[in-house]
Amino acid sequence: MDTRSSVRKDSSFFKKGDKTLNKKQKGLNIQAKQQRAGWYFLAPATILIAIMSFWPMIQAFIMSLKTGSSANMQWSEPIFYNYTRMFSDKLFMRSIGNTFLYLAVEVPIMLILAILLAQMLNNKDLKLKGLFRTCVFLPCATSLVSYALIFKSLFATQGLMNSILVHLGILESNFNFLGTAASAKAIIIIALIWRWTGYNMVFYLAGLQNIEYSVYEAAKIDGANGWKTFWHITVPLLKPTIVMTFIMSINGTLQLFDESVNLTKGGPANSTITMSHYVYNNSFGDSTTNFGYAAAMSFLIFVLVAILAAINLKVGDTRD
Amino acid sequence: MTKKKNGSAIQRRLIPTYIFLVIVSFISVFPFYWMISAATNTSVDVARGKIWFGTYALENFKALTAANDLWGSLGNSFFYAIVQTLLCLFICSLAGFGFELYHDKGKDKLFSVLLLAMMVPQVATMIPLFKMISSMKLLNTVWAFILPAISTPFMIMMFRQNSRNFPIDIMEAARLDGLNEFQIFFRMYLPVMKSTYAAAAVITFMNAWNAYLWPKVVMGQKASQTMPMLIANIAAGYTIDYGVLMMGVLFCSIPTMLVFFILQKQFTEGITGAVK
Repeated sequence: MDTRSSVRKDSSFFKKGDKTLNKKQKGLNIQAKQQRAGWYFLAPATILIAIMSFWPMIQAFIMSLKTGSSANMQWSEPIFYNYTRMFSDKLFMRSIGNTFLYLAVEVPIMLILAILLAQMLNNKDLKLKGLFRTCVFLPCATSLVSYALIFKSLFATQGLMNSILVHLGILESNFNFLGTAASAKAIIIIALIWRWTGYNMVFYLAGLQNIEYSVYEAAKIDGANGWKTFWHITVPLLKPTIVMTFIMSINGTLQLFDESVNLTKGGPANSTITMSHYVYNNSFGDSTTNFGYAAAMSFLIFVLVAILAAINLKVGDTRD
Repeated sequence: MTKKKNGSAIQRRLIPTYIFLVIVSFISVFPFYWMISAATNTSVDVARGKIWFGTYALENFKALTAANDLWGSLGNSFFYAIVQTLLCLFICSLAGFGFELYHDKGKDKLFSVLLLAMMVPQVATMIPLFKMISSMKLLNTVWAFILPAISTPFMIMMFRQNSRNFPIDIMEAARLDGLNEFQIFFRMYLPVMKSTYAAAAVITFMNAWNAYLWPKVVMGQKASQTMPMLIANIAAGYTIDYGVLMMGVLFCSIPTMLVFFILQKQFTEGITGAVK
């Protein structure tokens, strides 16, 4: 269906061409044939995205207007019941709060750290550059579940961090880091920074390599110090990259799931749960299954991602 | 002489930078070291905070394989990841080729519509997709795992961007030689774009290997579970044997670490590839 309408659009496009250029009709026929071949190439990918992304999105919206168990769903009464319900659902509100806390604290720290590291590693005079780069980038080699479990073990009540802190006399006795709301949140944030800083740094390094070294030389001659060159040359020239990493980080954080599930199980007492984790619990988790309600919440996540991405794209558009 | 002096002065000024980088590098690498050393220690030693290598690796490994189907899950993970990589590369490169080298107004518009799929969160499509896959009787099969992941806007964009370097002139020459459009794709595009394929393969493999939420939904059967699911299950137990757990985490990380160390250049290109 999708492709058929696209092909029609395609042929009308060439009819317009025929009118103005009918002398070259034969050449155009060949070209039209080639253009049609182009549609065949992109058809499988397009159809798959339509079926696997857009169609489920529509279904999710329809489902969000229904209630009942998965086999026997009815239109909810009133129609937006699931949507009004989530605003009085304290747990869902808390999951939004948690997600935005992770977003607000983790993303800026991580991105600033990533830019600083990229700036340092871009220094011509630095030795062992390759080694440092590999080390900082290394956390990307772990799967999300793996690093969540490594951090869970490191910060366990009977774990290495506790032993070190008690040994150094900073803590008197072992502290249940993951069983206390504030410290559990902090550990999720630390783990996220650990995992993703090197990933973002790679983008900045690539961006910095496009900046001519002579720009820095000129700045040095003009007497600009390290901080000045950083703020007045590096940051402005990296702006498109910064916007892009920002969008990616927002998108990723709003969908945070693996860490919440494996590091803290959302606990203690759901105090660290993320939006995606809560939606999962309401659809496939141990708690009661409610597809309609879960779909409504997931639709809100979609709207949030779309709004934040649109804002960022608007900001990022200035480069053209 | 003066040059050398200058050099050492520069190095001296870089000392804070070196210190900072060493600290960051240590923090980045230490959890890896600890994962490996913990895999060789008893759970009691791990809890006591022992950070040196122990001699308990074999026992941990035996305990891991006794309670879990390690080889089955490893095999599953490899199988799903390889099938997903091959199909994803084929479908997305075909599309990238079509979008860039045959582009016209209609296709450009369609491309920007497809990009919207980037914003669709996984949890939002998860329930309808689960219903779709289960009604097709595909739960617990490789198809359930790969179908939502073999055509992604990110990969299409990556191939489209990189196709800009593809020399269009040789396409004309090939057509004059009588090659049709599909032959051009298979005989010319594929070999010329080798490095893009390598980068895309690395990134797709990593994503497939690391996938967790979607497999958790559709691969419920023990026999079809993946490595991340296996280690998550170990950690979900009431009492956790940290030595055994870290042995499992190590096995889950070895393939991605090998890819990282051997194909770091392609990995970097794969991450930044679509945004040149």
